[in-house]
Amino acid sequence: MIDLEWMAWTTPTAIFFAVIAAMLAVMTALQIFWPTVERKGLLPMPTTRGDRLFLSLLLAAFLHLGFVWATDIEAFWQPLALSVAFGVLILRFG
Amino acid sequence: MHKLEDNRAWLLVVPVFALVAFNAVIPLMTVVNYSLQDIFGPGQRVFIGVEWFREVLRDLTIQASFLRQVAFSALVLAIQIPLGIAIALLLPRVGWKSSLAIILIAIPLLVPFNVVGTIWQVYARPDIGFLGRGVNAIGIDYNYTASAVSAWITLLLMDTWHWTPLVILLAFAGLCSIPEPYYQAARIDGASRWAVFRHIELPKLRGVLTIAILLRFMDSFMIYTEPFVVTGGGPGSSTTFLSVRLVNMAVGQFDLGPAAAFSLIYFLVILLFSYVFYTILKMNEGEP
Repeated sequence: MIDLEWMAWTTPTAIFFAVIAAMLAVMTALQIFWPTVERKGLLPMPTTRGDRLFLSLLLAAFLHLGFVWATDIEAFWQPLALSVAFGVLILRFG
Repeated sequence: MHKLEDNRAWLLVVPVFALVAFNAVIPLMTVVNYSLQDIFGPGQRVFIGVEWFREVLRDLTIQASFLRQVAFSALVLAIQIPLGIAIALLLPRVGWKSSLAIILIAIPLLVPFNVVGTIWQVYARPDIGFLGRGVNAIGIDYNYTASAVSAWITLLLMDTWHWTPLVILLAFAGLCSIPEPYYQAARIDGASRWAVFRHIELPKLRGVLTIAILLRFMDSFMIYTEPFVVTGGGPGSSTTFLSVRLVNMAVGQFDLGPAAAFSLIYFLVILLFSYVFYTILKMNEGEP
């Protein structure tokens, strides 16, 4: 067994990266069986499915950072809910 | 099924993916892990949630470094892009003079970063440096170790000396690719020099200029070696840019958790700017 102690893994970060890896796996499978077509929606530039996912994740990161900066609340349900809502909006209509 | 066959070409980039995973993704994952913990030593760590992120985001000295960094990058772009275009316009386009000019202009790009810093540190010294002594001799008080304005001017001059050649080379390549008939048509219409620049050269340079702006922004936003060698972040903290502050935190104070959180925020900011520039570049591609 490889010793991964030096990477200082924790359960929350493991879940976080597992979700990211799952997203990449789903996107790869979708690309193979249902290739994306670049299109122009609500966003100012034409985007592919991957572009929209990247944008959603970037927006989610900054929403969380803004939340951490502005409040002392430990739980993340509010920015997470907002990120998911924006993510769905961007993925579907972006 | 046709698509599946085409996708086999992706196997050719597997080695690159493996390499990137090894030298970028795994270290980045480790940084994410560190950013949520208080690290006391090997095997001694406590999960503390987003406390480091909160501390870094609210740290006034880091906010000051960020503003300093944005100001530095803005000044770098405001100086180097117009200067690079202007010099590229003055260069001869053909013949041995053109080759010679390009070689001479490209020399600063070949100098290693820390050597550039050392050259300018000596060159700008008010006691023994040619520039420092010269400027003081004409009655201007100039000392980059004592005055913040002098330190900024020194760093901007140094960066301009080091990196404007890149803008010149890109702009020159763009200018050389403009077909002669465009200029002939402009001459027939009696266009002024300014009109030729404004309506022919500048639109044709848009692609290369976007690359130049992107590269110069990224490099200047991540600048570390030169200010570290020349001013060490001083005088005071007047040239403590983000990366200088980050290295002090990670290596100087050995605060691994806060430094990891800082690195991730820094990375996200650069990612955001890169994406914006990339999008602009892509949107410009289809236009004339």
